[in-house]
Amino acid sequence: MMLRLAAALLLAGAVPAAAETVAITGGTVALGDGSEPIPNGMVVIRDGRVVAAGNVRMKLPAGTQVIDATGKWVTPGIVAGFSRLGLADVNLSAEGADDTGNDGPFNAAIDIAPAINPLYQPVAVNRADGVTRAIVAPAAGKNIFAGQGAVIDTGADMEPITARRKFQFVELGETGSNKGGGSRASAHVLFRNALREASELRRYASPIEAARSGTPDQRERAVVRNPNESRLYGTSAQRSEDVLLTRFDAAALVPVLQGRQYLLVHAERASDILQVLDLAREFPSLKIVLVGATEGWLVADSIAHAKIPVIASAVNDLPASFEQIAATQSNVGRMRAAGVDVSIGMVNDNDTHNLFMERQYAGNLVGLQRIPGATGVSWGEALAMITSRPAQAIGMGGEIGSLARGARADVVIWSGDPLEGSSAAEQVFIDGVAQPLETHQTRLFERYRYLPRTDLPKAYRH
Amino acid sequence: MRAAALAALGAALVLSGCAALEPKPKPAPAVHVNEDPYPSTYARYPGAPTVIRHATVFSGDGQQINDGTVVFADGVIQAVGGPELASPAGAVEIDGTGKFVTPGIIDVHSHLGDYPSPGVTANSDGNEATDPVTPEVWAEHSVWPQDPGFSRALVNGGVTTLQILPGSANLFGGRSVVLKNVPGRTVQEMKFPGAPYGLKMACGENPKRVYGSKGNMPQTRMGNIALARETWVKARDYKRKWDEYYAKGGDMPERDLAMDTLKGVLEGKILIHNHCYRADEMANMIDMAKEFGYHVTAFHHAVEAYKIADLLAANNICAVMWADWYGFKMEAYDAVKENIPLVHNAGACAIVHSDDPNYIQRLNQEASKALADGIRAGIPNLSEAVAWQWLSANPAKALGILDRTGTLTAGKMADVVLWNGDPFSDYSRPERVWIDGAEMYDANNPKKRPVSDFELGQPGEGDVK
Repeated sequence: MMLRLAAALLLAGAVPAAAETVAITGGTVALGDGSEPIPNGMVVIRDGRVVAAGNVRMKLPAGTQVIDATGKWVTPGIVAGFSRLGLADVNLSAEGADDTGNDGPFNAAIDIAPAINPLYQPVAVNRADGVTRAIVAPAAGKNIFAGQGAVIDTGADMEPITARRKFQFVELGETGSNKGGGSRASAHVLFRNALREASELRRYASPIEAARSGTPDQRERAVVRNPNESRLYGTSAQRSEDVLLTRFDAAALVPVLQGRQYLLVHAERASDILQVLDLAREFPSLKIVLVGATEGWLVADSIAHAKIPVIASAVNDLPASFEQIAATQSNVGRMRAAGVDVSIGMVNDNDTHNLFMERQYAGNLVGLQRIPGATGVSWGEALAMITSRPAQAIGMGGEIGSLARGARADVVIWSGDPLEGSSAAEQVFIDGVAQPLETHQTRLFERYRYLPRTDLPKAYRH
Repeated sequence: MRAAALAALGAALVLSGCAALEPKPKPAPAVHVNEDPYPSTYARYPGAPTVIRHATVFSGDGQQINDGTVVFADGVIQAVGGPELASPAGAVEIDGTGKFVTPGIIDVHSHLGDYPSPGVTANSDGNEATDPVTPEVWAEHSVWPQDPGFSRALVNGGVTTLQILPGSANLFGGRSVVLKNVPGRTVQEMKFPGAPYGLKMACGENPKRVYGSKGNMPQTRMGNIALARETWVKARDYKRKWDEYYAKGGDMPERDLAMDTLKGVLEGKILIHNHCYRADEMANMIDMAKEFGYHVTAFHHAVEAYKIADLLAANNICAVMWADWYGFKMEAYDAVKENIPLVHNAGACAIVHSDDPNYIQRLNQEASKALADGIRAGIPNLSEAVAWQWLSANPAKALGILDRTGTLTAGKMADVVLWNGDPFSDYSRPERVWIDGAEMYDANNPKKRPVSDFELGQPGEGDVK
């Protein structure tokens, strides 16, 4: 096992496709941009990027590795729109295998990146099912602010982070109410106060990082090394007496306030969503993305008008809580029909493990088109909701989630239509690197495929 | 008060004095305890004689009929076959071209009604987690018939029968109840007539976590087994007393509701549904059943069933499984995606279950994934028609109702789903659903779908608006 793992890591850690062009030919190609699939298409990748995809007729350079995908489907890898992938191997009663908690003193300052373990089995299991990237959010601890999330890849290597501190995540619905003192009213005051404290810190703060040389004046000027690293605000930054946030937490909200970092806001109830839209009007610099939005269809026009993207649960149709009383499986379709940019996430839905469910959920949205009275989405749109749309929601649309020229070469060859749960990922490329699809599960299957007793115990079958 | 008590005592002494002088009277004949004190009041709703033609039919027993005909009337299946079947007089004719007909899906593991939506504390009625041994509680007494989840399972999932189980906090969680998925004002109106009771048992992590964390037994897996065995010892003793009483009469033994349930298990009247993930623990539970003389009907959440599929087959035990859930706790760590087809291939009874108000709406898709994984792995003799057994016939067998439902067989209940496409596709949904021949859902008729009391007048109104 260790040997195999090591081999897998070596394989991925190498740069095999660096100078090599790979052409995947003959398959049904879907670009992930909302368009319908293209029969007998081609995908060409080189140097970890997409060179061309779709109805392409181009001369391939000598030495091109050609993969025949006749009878297969080829798409961008699935982007898990909202997840906690890489944070847990086991969720319950397994000390050390779950980093989703937060009982510590910090909130907004949390950076989820150090918690990601790319060797956890759920990363491999989802990779083997064609999930190549995931938006990973921290979970809220004692505060409405959960901290800063990342975008990761699922590659079999030790460098999972695609984008660190990409967004701040805040709870402003029922969970926000619970964390924020027992009411939405209280949570909203906490939110505003947090922005006030961040704003004050920005106003009074000495430079983000003082220049180490030059005149005293120059040393006082900001040198922004990483625009989202705001924990470096110096101790000289003055603050009011009546602060609630720690200096770190307040500082972490400065880039949110400045619109340099996305703010993902979890709200399910229609009235909560409208409150978030109000915040967007009041603080126009915030780059808000709604998460959840189970009752979004009731206020879909307002969301569309505010041009705020939504990462929604796909087929949430139960009034599972009092903030989801209006739940309907047509929610996503209706929001989309109203012009909202919708993508699919696993919002509090097996978010550490079952990201592979997204393509099945997307298939269900397609199926809804045939149900009288229901609103579904087209096949191309459904695929986009689990590939390019979540990437676009956090400003990474050109980078991941599509087969557009120049995008990272995250490509999956499927046995059939990927929106059918019965189809399987047969080959997975991340940044152009062919990935191993072996997991703990596939090894167990091989071991127990045949049960009759043999010369040695099953433990010797490996 | 005191005077009255003394007088009563005196009377008792006099009576016993007399008795001593006379020949010993014959013991009073045994009075039989009512074993069905909360009886089903379910009655099928009216339905027109119906014929579906030109559909692909999965009859549920492994067969597929192309260009099939299904005829039902008076609540029961009349005939299943090809185009040659005649229609009864006045029958509603449905063109099933391009569509599929199956038996209604049966979920053997649901908590609808006892963990309903909305999932607030006031509605949380699934685990009597105050004692690890509570065979005396009955899930039906927790079921809220207004749970909106029932309607979603019907219209999206094609679920016509379901078993509601207590939770798994306890070693003996209580009695289950089998329901027809027909809305009722009372749970009695939903109870599947004549379905045997089940008893929920649990091994593994849950009981030891729930009670161990309180410093009580069980705190370990060995504690789980010890406490379960001690309970069965008491149950055997209890049964012996009652057997003697029923044989000879005399003084009725003291009733114990917990022991009543276990006695029912030992008599074979109540079926064991045992929450158990790990292969080694299932083997222990099989031995426990042999030790005390009962039979395990089914292991639920049997994530490691594939490791002992031969043992399950040899002991005639069903394995109740998910297609691909894994890793949410240690005992689910060794999940494989081929679990269901591997168990099936070993000749054991494989069942797809939900344990979830969302998954219950897509059990056909779960079966589809498992089937595809099995075929890709090279497991022989798998097909959609074969896999449908995992969704209706095998569940019916595990619930003891296969003689009445679970397959499209003449004489059985007309629990029928017409799908708008191949139900093994994510794109297909029920178009019409009949229970006992009564049409309970029609996708083309907004009035032909249930809306729970809770959702009436709410936005969306049960996902019909």
